[in-house]
Formats: sequence, C-alpha cells, structure tokens
Amino acid sequence: MKRTTWATILFMLALAILPPVFMWTGNAFYVDLATRLVILAIAAVSLNLILGFGGMVSFGHAAYIGIGAYAVGIPVYYETYGGADAIASYGGAFHILVAVGVSALFALLTGAICLRTKGVYFIMITMAFGQMIYYLFISIEEYGADDGLVIDTRSELPLVSLDDPLQLYAIAYVALVIAMLMVRTIVNSRFGMVLQGARGNNERLVTLGYNTYLYRLTAYVISGAMCGFAGALLGNFTTFISPDMMGWSRSGELMFMVILGGSATMLGPVLGSAVFILMEEILSSITIYWHLPFGLMLMGVVLFARGGLMGLIKGKGDK
Amino acid sequence: MSALLKISNLCKSFGGVTATDNVNLEVEPGELHAIIGPNGAGKTTLISQLSGALPPDSGKITFKGMDITNRPAHARARLGITRSFQITSLVMDMSVLDNVALAVQARQGHSFRFLKPARSIRALRDEALDMLGRVGLEARAEQPTVALSHGEHRQMEIAIALATGADLMLLDEPMAGLGPQESVAMIEFLKGLKGERTILLIEHDMDAVFALADRITVLVYGRIIATGNPDEIRGNDDVRHAYLGEE
Repeated sequence: MKRTTWATILFMLALAILPPVFMWTGNAFYVDLATRLVILAIAAVSLNLILGFGGMVSFGHAAYIGIGAYAVGIPVYYETYGGADAIASYGGAFHILVAVGVSALFALLTGAICLRTKGVYFIMITMAFGQMIYYLFISIEEYGADDGLVIDTRSELPLVSLDDPLQLYAIAYVALVIAMLMVRTIVNSRFGMVLQGARGNNERLVTLGYNTYLYRLTAYVISGAMCGFAGALLGNFTTFISPDMMGWSRSGELMFMVILGGSATMLGPVLGSAVFILMEEILSSITIYWHLPFGLMLMGVVLFARGGLMGLIKGKGDK
Repeated sequence: MSALLKISNLCKSFGGVTATDNVNLEVEPGELHAIIGPNGAGKTTLISQLSGALPPDSGKITFKGMDITNRPAHARARLGITRSFQITSLVMDMSVLDNVALAVQARQGHSFRFLKPARSIRALRDEALDMLGRVGLEARAEQPTVALSHGEHRQMEIAIALATGADLMLLDEPMAGLGPQESVAMIEFLKGLKGERTILLIEHDMDAVFALADRITVLVYGRIIATGNPDEIRGNDDVRHAYLGEE
C-alpha cells in the first residue's frame, strides 16, 4: 500500500479514538477542538473537490458555511420566538434539507455565472458572491445583523442528541468519512476523469466532445451542497452564528487548509484543517499576532514542499 | 457521392487581415485531403473554424448534410469531427492511458457517471490500449504524459483522434517537429489510415503531402488558388508561382 494510504488510515483512526479518550479522561475541551476540526475538515474536503480536482479556485466557499448555519438558526429562531410558521422547526432533517438544498441552489445560480470566467476573474467573482451573502446577513436586523444569532435549541435528530458533545462529534466524524469517500468515488469515476482532464487542458476536453462547463458546474453544486452540510453542523456546534463565519477571510482559511494539507489528495484537506486548528490554538495562546508565524509557515510549505504536507508524506520514490 | 464536409463562402478576418477569404471546399468521404500554403496562409485558422474553436464572420459549414456553422466545439466533436493540434495539446498531468481513455469515454455518450471507478472499466482501458498499440505506445501507457518525448506526444495526438471514433479527422501538422525517421513512420501510419477515416491534413512537409493526399488544396493569403490531385497541383502554374517556386 502507498504511504499516503497508510497515513490516511492512521490519521482517521486517531481521529476516531482520541476524542472519546479525551472525554473519559476529563479533557472535554479537546473534544470541542476535535469537533471544530472535523467540521471544518468537511468544508475543506468539499472545497478540495473543486479547487484540487477541478482546478476552480473558489474564494467564496465560506458562504456555504454561513448558509448552512443560518439554515439551522433561522428555523430554530422562529420555532422559539414565533412567526414564520412555514419554516419554524427544531427538526434536524428539515435543517439539513434546507442547508443542503439552499447551498446547492446558491451554487447553481452563482456557479452558472462564475464558471463563465477563469483564472483571477473566477477568484474575484466567487469572492464577490461570497461577500454578497455576507452583507445580506449583516443587513437583516431580524436575525441579529452583525451581532449574530444564538441558537437556543440544537437540531433534533432521531436516536442521537447533539447536546451530548461526544455524540455530536461522532456524527461530525461519520459525516467527514462519508464526505471523503464521496469525493474519492466522484474523482475516480468517469465524471471525475473529465473534471480532472478539464483542469489539465480544457481545450483538449472540449475538442473531445465534452461540454466541460456542465461538468464543472455539477462539481461546483456538489461541493457547495457538501459545504452547506458542514455549515449546519457548525451552527449546531457553536450554537452562536454570525455573518463573520462567511466572510472572505473564512474562505481564505479554507483555501489555506486545502493547500497546506495538499490539494487533490484524500487526506490533505483534513490534515490541513488539523494543522490550522492546532496552530491557531497553540500560537494564539502565545501571541495575539499568531497569524504571522502561521502565514510564514504556509509560505514555507508552498515554497519548499510542493503538494503540501501530503507531498512530504508521499516522499520522492512513491508514485 | 455527396460531400462529408462542405464549406461555402467562408470568411474570417482579424482586424485588417483576411485570414479566410471566401473559401469554398468539399471533402469527400474517405479521402485524404491536404491543405498546403505558405506560412500565414490561414490554414490553422480554417481548421479552427471547422472544429468550432473560432467563429467565422460569414459563410456556411455543412457536415453530413447538417449546418454546423453555429454549433459549439463540443457538439461538433459529438457529430464526428476531431482535430489534432499543431502545438501539442494533451492533459500533461494525467497518464498516457488516461488521455486516450478520455477520448474513448467521450464517444460513449455523456460522462455524468459518478460511481464506477473509470480506471477499472475494462472496455475503456482495452480500447485505449488498442489505440496506443496502433501508434506503438502501449509500453508507455502508465507513464505520466509529461514524461514522453515530443515525437511520442505527436503519436498520442493521433491515438486520441482515432479513439474518438470521429469520421473526419482534422490533422494540423502532425509531422511538426519530428525527426526524419519519425516523419517517415508517421507517413506510413497515415497511409494505413487512408480509407478508414476521412482526413483533412495540413502539412508543410511536401514529400508527405504528395505521398499521401488524394486531393490537394492550395491556400494563399486565405484564398484557395487551386484544388486538384497531386499531379494537377504539380503542373499548376499559379501554384508554382505562388508557392512551390520555380523549379
């Protein structure tokens, strides 16, 4: 087996085993840290589908986290304080449906426009759409504007309770594994070959008879929907949501994670978010200027380790 | 016999430069039709309009009796037109086999199939390997494309064009940059393809053109000055003046 496959299995095993151990040894704080890590990893995995495998550098991916979070926050808000009966609900299935559905729709509408452009223009226009959603929520007083919204009650699901930190973690973890397997299946499929071919040489693929625009748009929608799901989890985790979670710097952080860990790899985005979360935790306890060493580290990885951390693990001899 | 491809009054100019000047041309099914002309005669521009990469200013292109003038490139490929590129155009970060498999896959309808791993589909792999075998590249199948030589890239272009199953192959200087021996091998290979596919060939190598072509069209400054079989072209005074030079 390849070294990268081993690394993936070992790392995912560690993520499965460590949090329960932390919990039982009375270190609940680390379970929280792991939960945030895993949820952001789902978002990074979804971004990797379009950024890594599709070559579409989206700088507005945090928008879907926001949409997903508000898809939980708004129905809960109405259920708690009354009004808007049609969407008022504590039901987890409803929240997830709205989070995934609205994210997919937003991805379809904006992607249809963004994917007409390429290169820097694509980066700018995805960022513009992301900021559009950001300012939309800042302007809605009803949902707390830039003060944000407290989620009084977490999504209700059958059999499990999201109020229990370990159960919430378990759900996030399973979702991450499913997301990784989904991306792996997609990129190895015939669809995935076209997506990766278009990343390498779009003109060639068009000449072969592929309408690459439609393939990219499909990937864009799948990616957005997946990230919307991560947003719904994040809302349930923090129980406080605000437009800050979908600002452009958030989108940048997701890009960091993918590139730092290694784009177009299975474990890369997960590894990237792990390093990001841990560094943020460690460095920010030492200095409030923690972005500086973090930025330097990212530059180091980009300059000296092509292919990110996964590139380092892969080594030279491994194909 | 009706023409496979019919070009009527095609015009294209870039600013003040007329690249395609009222071109009328018919390509018969099964023939190898060569287009020759000095540098800047508009040969590649013509190919690009046929493949759909460039929109013509006016005129009409008919393929298999259908007006394809306004169809996008991917739709033309679906109808059975493929092109090779003068400057190698391959997916460099994929393996040689994957490049050809993508062409085979393209022929089998849409690829909105998300579940089965493409590399494990035998029908795709076997046919791609067959095509690579025809151009003598099977041994290189698993290599990354970027690791191959220029000559091998040219062979890959042909394997891909074959794999698409296209009825009409637009070959833009397949001999470009090849060494003398490689050129001879390529000529032999194209000879073997004659009759199997209809080919519109652009080529600078006159030996190749006169050895291969059923008919030759001479393009000068975007305008056709002669069309005929190799002997007629050799004997044509206009062509001698404009292109071949005095002998």
